[in-house]
Amino acid sequence: MRRRVGFAVVAAAATLALAACSGGGGDEPGSTGGGKPEKIRIGIKFDQPGLGFQDGSKYTGFDVDVARYVAKSLGYEEGDIEFIAAPSAQRETMLQNKQVDMIFATYSITDKRKETVSFAGPYFVAGQDLLVAADDSAITGPDTLEGKNLCSVTGSTSAQRIKDEYASGVNLVEQPGYAECVTALVAGSVDAVTTDDIILAGLAAIPANAGKVKVVGNPFSEERYGVGLPKDSDQCEPINEAITKMIDDGSWQKALDDNVGSTGYKPNADLNPPKPDACG
Amino acid sequence: MDDSYLDRLLSLFSEYDVPAAFWVNIQLTFYAAILSLVLGTVLAMMRISPVPSLRWAGSTYVTLLRNTPLTIIILFCVLALWGQLGIVLSTDFQRNFFLLAVLGLTVYHAAFVCEALRSGVNTVPVGQAEAARAIGLSFWPAARLIILPQAFRGAVAPLGNVLIALTKNSTVAAAGSVATEASSVMKTMIEFRPDVVVGIFFIFAMGFVVIVVPIGLATTALSRRLAVAR
Repeated sequence: MRRRVGFAVVAAAATLALAACSGGGGDEPGSTGGGKPEKIRIGIKFDQPGLGFQDGSKYTGFDVDVARYVAKSLGYEEGDIEFIAAPSAQRETMLQNKQVDMIFATYSITDKRKETVSFAGPYFVAGQDLLVAADDSAITGPDTLEGKNLCSVTGSTSAQRIKDEYASGVNLVEQPGYAECVTALVAGSVDAVTTDDIILAGLAAIPANAGKVKVVGNPFSEERYGVGLPKDSDQCEPINEAITKMIDDGSWQKALDDNVGSTGYKPNADLNPPKPDACG
Repeated sequence: MDDSYLDRLLSLFSEYDVPAAFWVNIQLTFYAAILSLVLGTVLAMMRISPVPSLRWAGSTYVTLLRNTPLTIIILFCVLALWGQLGIVLSTDFQRNFFLLAVLGLTVYHAAFVCEALRSGVNTVPVGQAEAARAIGLSFWPAARLIILPQAFRGAVAPLGNVLIALTKNSTVAAAGSVATEASSVMKTMIEFRPDVVVGIFFIFAMGFVVIVVPIGLATTALSRRLAVAR
């Protein structure tokens, strides 16, 4: 019996050692700091239509268009950009390990995140909103959800916020992704889907959902999407200049219209287009 | 936030109820283990029965369910059974998802329980079945009195493996809107406490080690004690 316990301890230690190893990709080529590298690795979402989406070998979406514009301003050609999937839970780790040079992936600027990574921007200010069936006129905002079924994605607390602050009688459904939520919404088993308005607009814009769902258009929070950078990055100033230039020359508005404009979605006009924060 | 890493890690426990999250997984495992043991035993009986159609049904079930990813089975329970067909197992909204997840875990793991039991049946010498028939027992009494008791004793170790897999697979219930179980809570914690990501991962990894290692030790000890001496 004792040998067996010893073996379990060794096995546990080996597992930990392996986990520790995978964290150490520090000095790969292309990390910021030294001279300008040949290529730039940009983290985006691969599964968020309208924002960052992999469509065969192409990448589309508002985040992707902003990333392309910024990369161009930094002196990279279209072919020098390598897009890498940056799922929400891995964004900080990918920046810390220098697996990507920057991240454009619906990345809200928060104080907690600023402890481990740096941000340029914001390049967009989203707000939490609701997606409902196209013929639903009863749901106009978070306080009209009493007794309704509300879907959100596991690990996001946007739905819990509605339950805590607006409608305590709301039924929460959590799904692995927004695609499943929209499936349930179209099927009628949930009444609303909640997350940032531009993400909802991107979902409403995909052809399969056209005409079936709509964004309510009553945002009730402020999510400032920034460009995630490694803590020691010197790229913040040039990125902010590029974002300002993009807004000034109309490319920002065009990128927004091209990607999510077809649904009639309009971002919160008081907050958009945003002015980038000072780099710190 | 000048606290040490350990202080920040410990503050997680006041922000999030980690033991309660694991308790949900233990409950999922408990119900699914009992139900899949029952269903798996029935399936194993079907697969060793002398009736060809029952054998066919049993092996078809095992082949189909064993080769379907668990996430798809759980998603099916929520999106198809509840979403499209409106099947409700409990009037309590959240409890309904819990029970649907138990259902998904049960039908999936029953296939593995069935195969574990069949391996137990193979440890029973064929002479036992022949002797049972010789004293006039038909299939059901022979199975119940002679074969199954020995098969269960021979199958303790593989059943333990299925139980360990089930314990860890209970996190897939996250796909079925059981938002209070461990992996969902871990996702939420990572989303809001990126400053201690590695620590969060470590907490949950250790949590499962603490649950799973005793199961492994217990089933190994039991399988030694219960093994039929031949």
